[in-house]
Amino acid sequence: MALLQIAEPGMSSAPHQHRLAVGIDLGTTNSLVASVRSGTAVCLTDAQGRALLPSVVRYHSSGAVDVGDLAQQSQAEDSRNTIVSVKRFMGRGVSDVAHIENAPYDFVDAPGMLQIRTCAGVRSPVEVSAEILRVLRARAEASLGGPLVGAVVTVPAYFDEAQRQATKEAARLAGLEVLRLLNEPTAAAIAYGLDHAVEGVYAVFDLGGGTFDISILRLTQGVFEVLATNGDAALGGDDFDHRVFCWLLEQCGLHQLGPRDTRLLLTKAREAKEALTLHASARVTAQLDNGEVIEATLTSEIFTDITRTLVQKTLAPTRKALRDAALQVSDVKGVVMVGGSTRMPQIQQAVGAFFGCEPLNNLDPDKVVALGAAMQADVLAGNKAAGDDWLLLDVIPLSLGIETMGELVERIVPRNSTLPVARAQEFTTFKDGQTAMRFHVVQGERERVGDCRSLAHFELRGIPPMVAGAARIRVMFQVDADGLLSVTAREISTGVEAAVSVKPAFGLADEDISRMLRDSFEHAKEDMHLRALNEARVDAQRLIEAVHSALEADHELLESEERAAIDCRIEELQSAMKSEDHRAVKTATDALNRVTDTFAARRMDRQVAQVLKGRRVNELDF
Amino acid sequence: MSKTNAAAEKVLTFKPTAALTRCVWRVAAMSTPFDATSAALDHFALFGLPQRYAIDQRALEQSYRDVQTKVHPDRFAQASAAEQRVSLQWATRANEAYQTLRDPLQRARHLLELRGVDCGLETNTAMPADFLMQQMQWREALEEACDDRDLAALEQLAQELAQQTSARLQHLAQHLDGVRDDLAAAGELRCLIFMQKFSLAIDDAREGIEGHA
Ligand SMILES: Nc1ncnc2c1ncn2[C@@H]1O[C@H](COP(=O)(O)OP(=O)(O)OP(=O)(O)O)[C@@H](O)[C@H]1O
Ligand SMILES: [Mg+2]
Repeated sequence: MALLQIAEPGMSSAPHQHRLAVGIDLGTTNSLVASVRSGTAVCLTDAQGRALLPSVVRYHSSGAVDVGDLAQQSQAEDSRNTIVSVKRFMGRGVSDVAHIENAPYDFVDAPGMLQIRTCAGVRSPVEVSAEILRVLRARAEASLGGPLVGAVVTVPAYFDEAQRQATKEAARLAGLEVLRLLNEPTAAAIAYGLDHAVEGVYAVFDLGGGTFDISILRLTQGVFEVLATNGDAALGGDDFDHRVFCWLLEQCGLHQLGPRDTRLLLTKAREAKEALTLHASARVTAQLDNGEVIEATLTSEIFTDITRTLVQKTLAPTRKALRDAALQVSDVKGVVMVGGSTRMPQIQQAVGAFFGCEPLNNLDPDKVVALGAAMQADVLAGNKAAGDDWLLLDVIPLSLGIETMGELVERIVPRNSTLPVARAQEFTTFKDGQTAMRFHVVQGERERVGDCRSLAHFELRGIPPMVAGAARIRVMFQVDADGLLSVTAREISTGVEAAVSVKPAFGLADEDISRMLRDSFEHAKEDMHLRALNEARVDAQRLIEAVHSALEADHELLESEERAAIDCRIEELQSAMKSEDHRAVKTATDALNRVTDTFAARRMDRQVAQVLKGRRVNELDF
Repeated sequence: MSKTNAAAEKVLTFKPTAALTRCVWRVAAMSTPFDATSAALDHFALFGLPQRYAIDQRALEQSYRDVQTKVHPDRFAQASAAEQRVSLQWATRANEAYQTLRDPLQRARHLLELRGVDCGLETNTAMPADFLMQQMQWREALEEACDDRDLAALEQLAQELAQQTSARLQHLAQHLDGVRDDLAAAGELRCLIFMQKFSLAIDDAREGIEGHA
């Protein structure tokens, strides 16, 4: 029997087919891809059955690239061209990265983001990350048996704009449609919350290989609400390794190691650290390049001692997160432990002591983030029926502001604002007749511009000449659900339109991006034109489906001419799709999008009005 | 306090327009920003709540969730660009409204704005003389406690502040919902906002001391 199905907004009413979507945990040390299969999230494995892909990329002069275990094995042998922990470099300049002198790479400092000179050429951290993502994408497509509609890619909650933007760029480069950037602790909370059907306030303590996040969430039926988040985007297992490494140097009286020895000892340090989770002491032996053999024994006591300050460093952000959430330790029902580094006994102990309760370790700390991301991807792909899905409310981790007189920061969007968020602030001119204004957008909690991260400079020109202080320039910050910012400025006192919209690109110029895309195609031996055409067609098809289902549900919101205009654009798009010209497809897609603007707005008005039906509503217009 | 009020004007550093060298940015297509922060919006109406200070927190929370469930961008990940844009605007507005109504001081301020009363938060710094005296005493107490690294004194100060805050909040509620006196309410609000900032300063001081313990 054919019943007419009424689609939920944004969901296709086409006979329901499962859309292939994945969650990807792009980790400092390990990366994973997971997907929901017959209702359950599972990590997808490689041909050998391994879920964890070491986040290691090796470049060969031939142009070949190894990713994962193979690359990891060659770390010491070819350390210059084997990039580990690349996540630490995302959206970062040379001066931003701690202990960079120990990294055996030939860095090129570029504005916004450093690059690495390898035997295969200069590579941006974005490109290195894209190599990892490409392998995961191929794994997923092979395992799920088809092209993906998109991926949820996780980022540390404490990642700033530059780091998020870089991650999204990497995914784009790997040919992934990013459904959402999802914060890692939030992903863990989804997996935990759904698995255990818990309600109340929970903390997620995520200490991975290179980053630390603490998030406080309220879980209620069908809603995951992040109350506050804090952390340290440069604190993780790598730093513990580094402490052990320094201790080894001191014990063995070593100085000035070559890149190979440095890599070797860092690896040994990590092995010793991991061994101490189960044993009271660990022996380290290694043969250096010059034949010298070193030996040392690391005990738990020494290890705890030399890493005490690192453990302490996790507690200050934890305190701040609680304070921002306006909660006490006693309000927290449980602490979910995530990330390989939470296996360390001293971390378990410190967290237990701080919260006064046993930490929750019942999920695999390596996999939980990827699993949560897969669950969210399933929702975003529209695979879940309404009522069966959930609402996720996340926050922006760091405040956004603008530089004002005296190199001070005027905060515009405060940290921990629920996303999406928009805030406006008015500024005025400083001199008579001033016709242009220069804006400097920054992120961070400090008052001085120099102590915050610089995100972008932009200018507003064409301000009508007026006396100082008369112009009214309204600067608007909009942060979307991915936590990404766009800024708009306009002069409003005269009604003269002078607006620019900027998206900070953080050191990646458009030319850079096109070069990377070109390189990646050559590398993947794909036909760039074919891929562009395919992508345009997929986008077009998706749009047509979305419009059809909207029309089916709400056609009575349209006058007949409006309806005719939409139908006409659909037809145009359908015929453009038959052509081989991806630009024509794109143009027709944009045209269909434009012609449905008002329709979209009316549909949403109606949705909201329905929510409030029965309640007193005075006015609902903007 | 967030600065959503258009009244505040900040002077920007003016640097002569020069070629941009350090940072690269892309200029996107000109767009008309949807203004989720204009004071003219009635946040109470959005959630179907009566326009008054006393609020039914549970009804507010429920309405907020119901609205977000319909409009949140996560519901439109597969939708057309037009629908995604509308969704972003609505979800932004719902968040703004919810955050404003949830916080007593912001709610009071919004209510006064809807009633056409200028709270004078940025311009009118006039406070009653006795409150100014009180401010001075508090500031001194804070400085002293910081110098002595005296957590107990800070705790006591925080408690005193909390007590006075709740007393003033009651006055505020009376002025707004009872025998209406919007100007008196605006005066209370200015004092309360000072107290809120001061209580953050106490927290900072506490954190500074605990952090170095
Ligand atoms: N038994 C163990 N004891 C101590 N540390 C461990 C143990 N097992 C794994 N680790 C550490 O956990 C880290 C990797 O954890 P994980 O895979 O969660 O990080 P990641 O997700 O790659 O990084 P991030 O989330 O910071 O980007 C490494 O530093 C590793 O040494
Ligand atoms: Mg991780």
